[in-house]
Amino acid sequence: MFESADLLVNALVAGLLLGGFYAAVTAGISISFGILDIVNIAHPGFIIVGSYIAYIVNAHFGLDPILVGILGLPAFYALGALTYQVYYVSFERRGQEALRGLAFFFGLLFITEVVLILVFGVDYRYVSAPYIDMPPISIGFVQLPMRMVVPCVMSLVMLAVLQLFLTRTFLGRAIMAVAQDQLALRLMAADPIKIKRIAFGISIATCALAGAFLIIIQPVEPSIGRDYIGRVFAICVLGGLGSLPGTLIGAMLLGIVESLTATFYGPSWAPAVAFGLLLLTLAVRPAGLLGR
Amino acid sequence: MRSTVIFAAIALAVVALIFAGARFAGNDYIFFAGYTVLQFIVLATAWNILGGYCGYVNFGTAAFFALGAYASVFFHKTYPLPIPVLLVIAAIVSGLVGLGTGYLTLRLRGAFFSIATLALAVVLQTFVVNWSYVGGSRGAYVIRPSDVDILGFHLEYIQYLFLIMALLAAAAVTIARAIEHSKLGYGFATIRDDELAAEASGVPTLRLKLVATTLSGALMGMAGAPFPYYIGYVEPASTFGLGYAVNAIAMPLIGGTTTWIGPLIGSILLGTLQQVVTVTISSEVNLLLVGLLLVAFVIVAPRGLVGLVQPLFQRPGRTWTPPSSTSKDSASASAASSPSTESI
Repeated sequence: MFESADLLVNALVAGLLLGGFYAAVTAGISISFGILDIVNIAHPGFIIVGSYIAYIVNAHFGLDPILVGILGLPAFYALGALTYQVYYVSFERRGQEALRGLAFFFGLLFITEVVLILVFGVDYRYVSAPYIDMPPISIGFVQLPMRMVVPCVMSLVMLAVLQLFLTRTFLGRAIMAVAQDQLALRLMAADPIKIKRIAFGISIATCALAGAFLIIIQPVEPSIGRDYIGRVFAICVLGGLGSLPGTLIGAMLLGIVESLTATFYGPSWAPAVAFGLLLLTLAVRPAGLLGR
Repeated sequence: MRSTVIFAAIALAVVALIFAGARFAGNDYIFFAGYTVLQFIVLATAWNILGGYCGYVNFGTAAFFALGAYASVFFHKTYPLPIPVLLVIAAIVSGLVGLGTGYLTLRLRGAFFSIATLALAVVLQTFVVNWSYVGGSRGAYVIRPSDVDILGFHLEYIQYLFLIMALLAAAAVTIARAIEHSKLGYGFATIRDDELAAEASGVPTLRLKLVATTLSGALMGMAGAPFPYYIGYVEPASTFGLGYAVNAIAMPLIGGTTTWIGPLIGSILLGTLQQVVTVTISSEVNLLLVGLLLVAFVIVAPRGLVGLVQPLFQRPGRTWTPPSSTSKDSASASAASSPSTESI
């Protein structure tokens, strides 16, 4: 009995740590899908690109992956703004985002994956940093591997900064306003397209950091992004669209459920958990836990 | 109705002609390569019934396809059945899964359906990986007979498979064309153009969408049913591969989504091109090509090849441009950017 309680607590803690990381992965989707209504299924593709950049710089210059992620923010922001511009001109302006916009992002996801396979092959890549190889800290019988703790803490910091930005600054409030009434925003002499471009840029910028966290937590190969499509949308829907606190709660829940499944049923069942949860949420409460 | 019968007859004649031609060439490779192209015709046409006619994007082509394939693997191990029977079984299984997925998600915004279909592929893959009876993650071998006697004819097995897939492709295209010219097809078109207005004018949108998902899923499953016998070895990672989903989306979008001929042209062109590239360069480059073509076409030629060619054949007085398909997802967004789409 004691042994299984031990196992249960450790699985719960691991789930919480994993959940913190999932929140960082989902934050970008919460902005693009939740607030801007752009179904960016290529988001995990951008995250994997972030992971590979962290890997390249880490392997050549020995820089800390998270530092690489922070340095990569402006580049990813520009990439996001550019992507939105293409998306807007080609689809949103013509009112075709439903079918062709989705196909566009699906194509992008596919292209990033195939290009990464062509360049790097399908080998698993990993980074090195002092805290990755550190032995786990033990508090009683609870094990805290630093490899999980560092990304989790940094994710929470990132989420807090984003939440403060969205609720306290003028620009952040403008982004929230785009979600509610674009026409009204236009009447206030603000350009909704420009604001959406900035917001989408920010959503892609989070991928630089999320990618770095990902490659700290586990080795990365190009097609791994697919597993995250289900996770990010499950979390996003579960937490309620467009709500960052909801995203955090949804991520923690998914992390715990996945960790428990992996511990008690075997890791090969874990991928189905996110999707099962997604289907369940869509069927029972599509507005999510903290939905509008 | 009469035109459908005539069309079916023409389709059958084309199948007979192609089969006779391929036999005349006397090279088995033609059957192997041709099978893949025919399979893509079925998948692209099936995708287009939901995606092109109704405007709902299905990313789970691989799920439905693999469902059909694994149904065949299951019966191959338990009680071997002839392929036509397997086709029916695959149609029922995949059709039911399509119906279920549609029922869960089609009452919500369109994007949720798309995400759910992506989800479906991973859920089913996880089940197959953990189900050792059909091979688990190691995969399963299906040894196909070397030849078959059918209606007094003696055929090599690959020729038999080719013939079945050709007939299935003819059936799929005939069904797609028949839908297009029927009440059902007009119902689908109203959903695609403005679901809210359709619902308000009394179109039973949910029921129509469920018909579309079921039909589309069933056809995809049927395309997968002979696959284990064709390939000889089935394993989850490749059977559930993203390649099927990308191809099934790229082919109709490149050909043109509003008519039956779009997916047909798209799959013949892209399917043949892929066969050439896979053989001459590599299968990775081949997938990259599909992805690039998909993105290029949705940006540059939103109505596909058919949309590029159509104006050339129309007399000036008759030109009719469809109203830009209104997004059902964000009526407010399109209202702000293009007021003309809200004309109803």
